[in-house]
Amino acid sequence: MIVFDPKNIKRWMMLSTRNAFGTFLTELAAEHPEVFAMTADFTKSTGLAKFKEQFPNQFLTAGIAEQNMIALASGLASEGHNVFACSFASFVATRCYEQVKINLGYMQHNVKLVGIASGLGVSFQGNTHYGLDDVSLMRTIPGMTIIVPSDCTEVAKATIALVNYNGPAYLRLVGEGFIPIVNPEDYEFTIGKGIVKREGTDVLMIANGTMVNQSLKVAEELEKEGVSVAVVNMHTVKPLDTDLIDELVPGKRLVVTLEEGQVNGALGSAVAEHLVTKGSMPKMIRLGIQDTFPHAGSYAFLLEQCGLSVGKIVEKIHEEIK
Amino acid sequence: MKSIKEIENSVKEMRLKALDIAYHCQNKLGAHYGSGFSMMEIFAALYSGAANITLENKKDPNRDRIIPSKGHCVLGYYTALNMAGFISDELLYTFDTNNTSLHGHPTRNLDRGIEFSAGSLGLGASFAVGVAYSCKLAGLSNRIFMIVGDGELQEGIIWEAMTIASSRHLSNLTIIVDRNRIQFDDFVENINDMESIEDKFKSFGFATDVVDGHNVEALMTILSKRYDRTNVVIADTVKAKGISFLENKPESHYYAMKESEYLQALEEIKKG
Repeated sequence: MIVFDPKNIKRWMMLSTRNAFGTFLTELAAEHPEVFAMTADFTKSTGLAKFKEQFPNQFLTAGIAEQNMIALASGLASEGHNVFACSFASFVATRCYEQVKINLGYMQHNVKLVGIASGLGVSFQGNTHYGLDDVSLMRTIPGMTIIVPSDCTEVAKATIALVNYNGPAYLRLVGEGFIPIVNPEDYEFTIGKGIVKREGTDVLMIANGTMVNQSLKVAEELEKEGVSVAVVNMHTVKPLDTDLIDELVPGKRLVVTLEEGQVNGALGSAVAEHLVTKGSMPKMIRLGIQDTFPHAGSYAFLLEQCGLSVGKIVEKIHEEIK
Repeated sequence: MKSIKEIENSVKEMRLKALDIAYHCQNKLGAHYGSGFSMMEIFAALYSGAANITLENKKDPNRDRIIPSKGHCVLGYYTALNMAGFISDELLYTFDTNNTSLHGHPTRNLDRGIEFSAGSLGLGASFAVGVAYSCKLAGLSNRIFMIVGDGELQEGIIWEAMTIASSRHLSNLTIIVDRNRIQFDDFVENINDMESIEDKFKSFGFATDVVDGHNVEALMTILSKRYDRTNVVIADTVKAKGISFLENKPESHYYAMKESEYLQALEEIKKG
């Protein structure tokens, strides 16, 4: 039983998003015998070591064979399991794109892809390991649901939601080490429903994952200069909560989307694609990795390089609202 | 050509430098000790004459190619390139520091003798076969040395590459398998037992040899041998060889050392 009290939430913060996920899935597996966990030589890294120990008949590793993992997962799902197939985002979403497209997209098998170490978190490992194009790629697949939790509390909410959801989905786990708490208390989480984290009238920031916390910090900075900033946690990229966007955009001087990933085709593009149908477009900027392969370094170094540090975001918004 | 003793001394230097850069770099999350340290003798042999790749011929199409597909072996790869003069000490010591071009997985750069941006397992094997096929078409006399891990053999793309090597009769291709018996999660036999690796390669019509991956003399002999078809050298190695408390352990795959452990490892390698 996962209890969302402040004490637990503080405790969960000490886990990385991937260990949090593994912990929650293990907790839920006891009451959900149809839940099946898979990995591709990342049992420990996906927080599933205890799961494997406690539920050996609900677990399988494919070894170092990610594309095979997706296809195996689909075979299992077609026989009634709700399969959570976990590995690095760069491998499940990128390397396995076709397997995902056909098995999860076209055949709608009940497989939840879990992409750990997404974004820039693996720091010095370089571009073969960063998860930057996963959201873009998954967005092109019809019938796919994409969720990007903003902290470990939200990882719990998303995991519970996906255990109870019948259909394919991609759960993107971004952020490394201790993720700042964005959701300190219990709250309502619904797939496809964005959450207003902060009210404001001048600028609308739409973010997910690690960028929700960044946006809140940026909003505080801008507030000091008299700029009123609204922040939305758009945890579900697909289906996008366009109703919420339509409600919040009118009257704003600037719309800013933020994601720790390539801007082409992901959250920013999804928001822009919707706004462009409305007849009049507000001024909009999409922040994230701007179509480059970043130069390896520490996580902080990478965020700064990609314009995603609080300072760089504030600077960019200043430029736009002059 | 270096003597066996000289190569063995180089191996010791490589281990010392690898420990130094892994422990002192900016990246405190850890380093791939296991996979780099199991390969020290193999890389030293290749870069000490078993492969025809030098600073002088590094851009020559007829140079031998050394293509690690198991990209996380950087601690062995970079220190070997340093030993052979492709990477300066100054550059080597930027390993895993901000803005470095020498990070956790290699980036293709022919000036540095790096042929492929490895990291996603299996991809380098296919690339190496493509290179070998091209060299054969061009009538070149060079050799292509591809390096894979035994766990890495679980990646299907490697076997797709093998069907090409086999059906196109690529006698210029030598596949080195670093058989340290351990992948990330566990021992290979506990995940997906890949044995008999020899039989699998033999079934493609390849020549196979098994060698002690830490015996420099044996490696020099076997790696210098050229066959009339693709050949496979299965090197039996110890993951994290040289660091006693990490040897043969799955946790050595990616490990962050405490200071006391670093000092112990330093002593062990010095005494060697």
